[in-house]
Amino acid sequence: MNIVFERVSKVYPPGSVALEDISFSIDQGEFVSVVGKSGAGKTTLLKLLLAEEKPSSGRVLVDGGNIGGIRPSRLPDFRRKIGMVFQDYRLLPHKTAYENIAYVMEVMGAEEEEIARDVTEVLRIVGLSDRSDHFPDQLSGGEKQRVAIARALIHRPGVIVADEPTGNLDPYHTRDIIHLLLKINELGTTIILATHNKEVINRLGKRVLTLDQGRLIRDEQKGRFVI
Amino acid sequence: MFFVSLKRIARYGYQSFLRDKGSSMALLFIMVLTLSGATTLFLVRGATSFLVLALESRVDVSAYFLKETPEQNILDVQTQLLQLPEIRDVKYVSQEDALKKFTEANQNDPVILSSLQEVGRNPLLASLNIRTWEQGDYAKVVDALQRGDSASIIEKIDYQDRRPTIEKIGALTTGIQTIGFLVVLLFGIAVVLVAFNTTRLAIYHARKEIEVMRLVGASNAFIRGPFFMQGAMIGVIASIVTTLLFMVPVFLISGFVERLLPGFNLAGYFLSNIFLILLLQLVLGIGLGVLSAAIAMRRYLEV
Repeated sequence: MNIVFERVSKVYPPGSVALEDISFSIDQGEFVSVVGKSGAGKTTLLKLLLAEEKPSSGRVLVDGGNIGGIRPSRLPDFRRKIGMVFQDYRLLPHKTAYENIAYVMEVMGAEEEEIARDVTEVLRIVGLSDRSDHFPDQLSGGEKQRVAIARALIHRPGVIVADEPTGNLDPYHTRDIIHLLLKINELGTTIILATHNKEVINRLGKRVLTLDQGRLIRDEQKGRFVI
Repeated sequence: MFFVSLKRIARYGYQSFLRDKGSSMALLFIMVLTLSGATTLFLVRGATSFLVLALESRVDVSAYFLKETPEQNILDVQTQLLQLPEIRDVKYVSQEDALKKFTEANQNDPVILSSLQEVGRNPLLASLNIRTWEQGDYAKVVDALQRGDSASIIEKIDYQDRRPTIEKIGALTTGIQTIGFLVVLLFGIAVVLVAFNTTRLAIYHARKEIEVMRLVGASNAFIRGPFFMQGAMIGVIASIVTTLLFMVPVFLISGFVERLLPGFNLAGYFLSNIFLILLLQLVLGIGLGVLSAAIAMRRYLEV
């Protein structure tokens, strides 16, 4: 999945500039971190990519298609191509770990046998086979995030967007989650990681986009956390 | 794919129903009240229809003929009457038949029987009992008998006009039905408001979940479907509960109702119409449940 931001700006009324003239492209299989202070525009950038917001100017192209012009009825199909991981996990509280992951496949209309096979497999990958019947409030923060990653992964999306996935985790679980994302990336999935965890970025040694006050101030292939 | 999705939406709706027990029970309770009102109306309508029909079937005109009138002349009048399109049937009761019926009817009254013996002859008159198709035609028949050739052989015409009674019952029935309808309507509005509020709260509580559903690519039908399903499910359960709730009291008061309305078996009427009652309740229950969910979603669920 090829992603291109082409001179994208986002202005919220009455005149708050969240992003200003941003341009970059991400190729299939890349691991890209987006860093910046709070309010730098990281979340807005991710929202534009998920078509939750439309750019005020410029274009966001995914595989050549302008997602700013996507029809609302086509949004579910588009979003099924992307996996999302959030800082606050956003698991469905009344569904078990298994059901949370299966839900994505259910909305896609997958057969029960296929769901059972794939969910079991992905639970094994994230190391939660023995927690499949647990509800989110019975899991630790790290386990919840692993369920969230499994959910983002289950439908084999071309790209996984992770918005501060380690923000609520201790260093041990942070390493665990980053390791998992790297493993997924090695299998060919594009990872876009928004974070302000300096240690994570510096250890990764991957491409870093640095945002400051809505502007892209740095795009380095083996970047470090410098703000 | 469609049926797989439908099955899953039904499952989610069922899970929501179980998960949100407090709201579900509140809605179920008020919906049972509404359906009970509607069912009571149905039964009252059945009883009053029976009463009106019974009264209507009793209306008739009896023409009594002079004592010396030859039977053939009476039968001629009967033939003439039967040719009129308004006439439903004309029954000839001879003097002998009249006496026999009178004796049978008063067999436990020795005073009347001994009086009859003292008279020493049959004091009763031959008659024609006339029934028309329409109530309004009785007056016409009476008029025709009084003005026609047969007037000279008729001793008297006994016409019991039950129209005022029937009209009174009709008015009473309409009144009961109007009040009942208004009560059901009020309950119905209450159901819509409660269900609307329940769905609104459910949407409010689930707003984060709904956002997650959207982000993982759930379609509108997948997000909205369970709310509809929950409303419909409560409608179905309310219908079944109401029908079961009615069974015991209907059987208990059936005997009492039969004493008031001889020939009308309330329990029998209820049982013979049970599928119709259940169908009406289902239509009303599901309709109200789905309608209120639809209103709440239209206002509060932007997907």
